[in-house]
Amino acid sequence: MMQAGALSRQMVGSEEVQQDATNQGRPEMEPIETDCVIIGAGPVGLFAVFELGLVDIKAHVVDILDKPGGQCAELYPDKPIYDIPGLPVVTGQELTERLMEQIKPFGATFHLGERVDGLQRLADGRFLLTTDAGTTFLTKVVVIAAGGGSFTPKRPPLEGIEAYEGKSVFYAVRRMHDFAGTDLLIVGGGDSALDWTLNLQPLASSLTLLHRRDEFRAAPHSVERMRALVAEGAMQLKIGQVTTLHGADGWLDAVTIRTKEGEERLACNRLLPFFGLTMKLGPIADWGLNLEENLIPVDTEKFETSEKGIFAIGDINTYPGKLKLILSGFHEAALMAQQAHKYVYPDRKLLFQYTTSSSSLQKKLGVR
Amino acid sequence: MVKITFVQPDGSQQVVDATPGMTVMEAAKLAVVPGIEAECGGACACATCHVYVDSEWRDKTGEPSQMEEDMLDFAFDVREESRLSCQIKVTEDLDGLVVKVPEKQF
Repeated sequence: MMQAGALSRQMVGSEEVQQDATNQGRPEMEPIETDCVIIGAGPVGLFAVFELGLVDIKAHVVDILDKPGGQCAELYPDKPIYDIPGLPVVTGQELTERLMEQIKPFGATFHLGERVDGLQRLADGRFLLTTDAGTTFLTKVVVIAAGGGSFTPKRPPLEGIEAYEGKSVFYAVRRMHDFAGTDLLIVGGGDSALDWTLNLQPLASSLTLLHRRDEFRAAPHSVERMRALVAEGAMQLKIGQVTTLHGADGWLDAVTIRTKEGEERLACNRLLPFFGLTMKLGPIADWGLNLEENLIPVDTEKFETSEKGIFAIGDINTYPGKLKLILSGFHEAALMAQQAHKYVYPDRKLLFQYTTSSSSLQKKLGVR
Repeated sequence: MVKITFVQPDGSQQVVDATPGMTVMEAAKLAVVPGIEAECGGACACATCHVYVDSEWRDKTGEPSQMEEDMLDFAFDVREESRLSCQIKVTEDLDGLVVKVPEKQF
């Protein structure tokens, strides 16, 4: 399972490859003008690139994860899926790779490791989208293919933890230097926990790694290096779990941990818990769309939301008879693209064609 | 039919019918047992169906696999008796099984 600390910001695309460093701290950057922004790079978001591409709509795709695939990549990359038509069995990772291959001709631009925070309609009917990395888009249509919402770091259900967040409890490391000279407690046993242990150990004035068992999911060489640091006395490793936070006004000064031997108090003033990611609807809730129990109601002809020009496809939508299946999302993407075409090219008539026989579609697919 | 009892942190109990072949998580979801979230739908990928199974049942439920142990790293308040209910297959032998729902899922 990928963990939050490993999230990195990057932008990959067929036309422009931009390093995110150019975006950061530059919210005044010119908006990207486009026909369509797809929120979510899961299987349904990816297939939307295909269906939109067939009707000449180029898309930008934004996803909070640092890789395409959504839940397929994050939750079950190695697990088999048996209900994709034509593929008797395929893993989440394989399906993602095949979709990426299938949509290649359409040159979508990916903005990975970014979350769309703001969405507003402008006077000219277009939408202004902003991401947490400061990227802005001016777009004619928006396709929300956000599945169960955006992946966010899991918050340990410790009493009062909210008060410490952002001051002494962090779920990701933005600047390593923020941890210089601190008494740091890192919790977890995966790559994020181990990588940050190794990277922050030289900076912190003391560092403890806490994990519930003496076995780690992280890469073996990281575990070896960590154990060497423990042997040198440069850091300590504790086997146990945090039960209570101690401190005041958001400033942590110790935690109680439970180990096999019992409870003990551990002094620390910074805590980095790495317990993987969970899905939260996030900012979508604030965009003025009608919602039903955290899902977006749509019609079943166009898969459009209560706002014209904003579509919702895949697991995030709801309608009578909805099934949360990848194949349903694919169907929804196809119908959505028909309506999106009307908004992007109001003067053009769309002729229904088959990829098997249409020379113009084959040209778009690059097979002719 | 196999009967499984779910015990909530406040001590309240709910007896649920299960069929051999399904998982303990599925039985809980069908009966809408509170506290069994199973966010990932049973793929052993989220740890939100975490339960405690008394050690006396260990012989019959079997031991957690490596994958389940790894995923238990993402659960809260993990103990010796911790299991992910999506990884316990219901068999006739499990008739009368008692599982405790933890106070909190992540």
